[in-house]
Amino acid sequence: MGEVIVITSGKGGVGKTTTTANIGTALALAGKKVVLIDADIGLRNLDVVMGLENRIVYDLVDAVEGVCRLKQALIRDKRFEGLYLLPAAQTRDKNAVSPAQMQKLCEELKEHFDFILIDSPAGIEQGFKNAIAGADKAIVVTVPEVSAVRDADRIIGLLAANELIEPKLIVNRLRMDMVKRGDMMNIEDTIDILGVDLLGVVPDDENIIVSSNRGEPVVTEERSLAGQAYRNISQRLLGKEVPLINMETEDTFMEKLRRLFSGKNNKRY
Amino acid sequence: MLDFFKFLGKEQNKSKDVAKERLKLVLIHDRANISPKFLDMVKGDIIKVISNYMEIDESGFDIRLSRIEHEDDNYTSALIANIPIKRMKNIGKNNG
Ligand SMILES: Nc1ncnc2c1ncn2[C@@H]1O[C@H](COP(=O)(O)OP(=O)(O)O)[C@@H](O)[C@H]1O
Ligand SMILES: [Mg+2]
Repeated sequence: MGEVIVITSGKGGVGKTTTTANIGTALALAGKKVVLIDADIGLRNLDVVMGLENRIVYDLVDAVEGVCRLKQALIRDKRFEGLYLLPAAQTRDKNAVSPAQMQKLCEELKEHFDFILIDSPAGIEQGFKNAIAGADKAIVVTVPEVSAVRDADRIIGLLAANELIEPKLIVNRLRMDMVKRGDMMNIEDTIDILGVDLLGVVPDDENIIVSSNRGEPVVTEERSLAGQAYRNISQRLLGKEVPLINMETEDTFMEKLRRLFSGKNNKRY
Repeated sequence: MLDFFKFLGKEQNKSKDVAKERLKLVLIHDRANISPKFLDMVKGDIIKVISNYMEIDESGFDIRLSRIEHEDDNYTSALIANIPIKRMKNIGKNNG
């Protein structure tokens, strides 16, 4: 029996789709059978981020409405054994599916996959309700900014009201240089405010944009810091204890020198 | 002189600390509003306690979360209740 995890945030543009693509790919690379569901109906994204946009024939709405069999709507990612995508419909809107239909879909997929990851749309309306309907667990993505953290808090409340208690938090786009000069909330600040458990921290990393340009998840980039962060997050989802990555490699030369002389330990996040 | 120090203090205030303080305050209100039941629950419990001492006009009971501005431009959150009393009960009087 698989596990259904919804990736959500409230605010748009904080990294839900990037997170879904990368965690999914990493779990597949770890040998799991994974399906990614793009629940952002009308604003299909996950397909291009994954580089699978040319392979779509049927979509989520087709599968739910019985236009095709569920299996026909699943796109197999030929690069990663065990990874599938159920794309969103592009020409329909969020009301094309109901929470009950999403629940049924998830139940069916659970029988064939280890992980079902649902990429939620922004907002707290119908699309969000659909995305969480069939979920067993939730991952909340935020960036260390007031608006995103506020929205994350609201989402955590709404998840709890829908029996998705104890969501796990991913803090995305952390910039150590800004944290150091006190111009960005650090991990402790963010966790303190939101009062949830941390699943991982992803640095702000331009490799992410390069990767989405190419349609290849950054998690396959051995040397990318963000890729490492996503690999760690996936390991944690598999129940392994992995320390937070050391983001100090982003240091400028001067900062390295200063630390060398001050003898301070590297801080791990 | 005092203003000068105040100015200095503000300058040294890290923007992330400002962000954190502001978020903490705003979330008190967000969280209270998220469940429509919250204030009703508080109201019910207050009525239970107060009714031991006085008879109150439940229809005129007004309770809400509010912000109080202090002289130093800081804000704190406050629970404000306006509870009309119909009659005091004859207990707990000051007989001393
Ligand atoms: N850690 C990161 N570093 C740099 N850019 C990022 C990072 N995470 C996301 N992005 C970029 O931010 C934008 C929004 O990300 P996306 O995953 O589409 O957010 P959402 O699905 O929440 O709307 C994209 O252009 C993406 O490439
Ligand atoms: Mg998205």
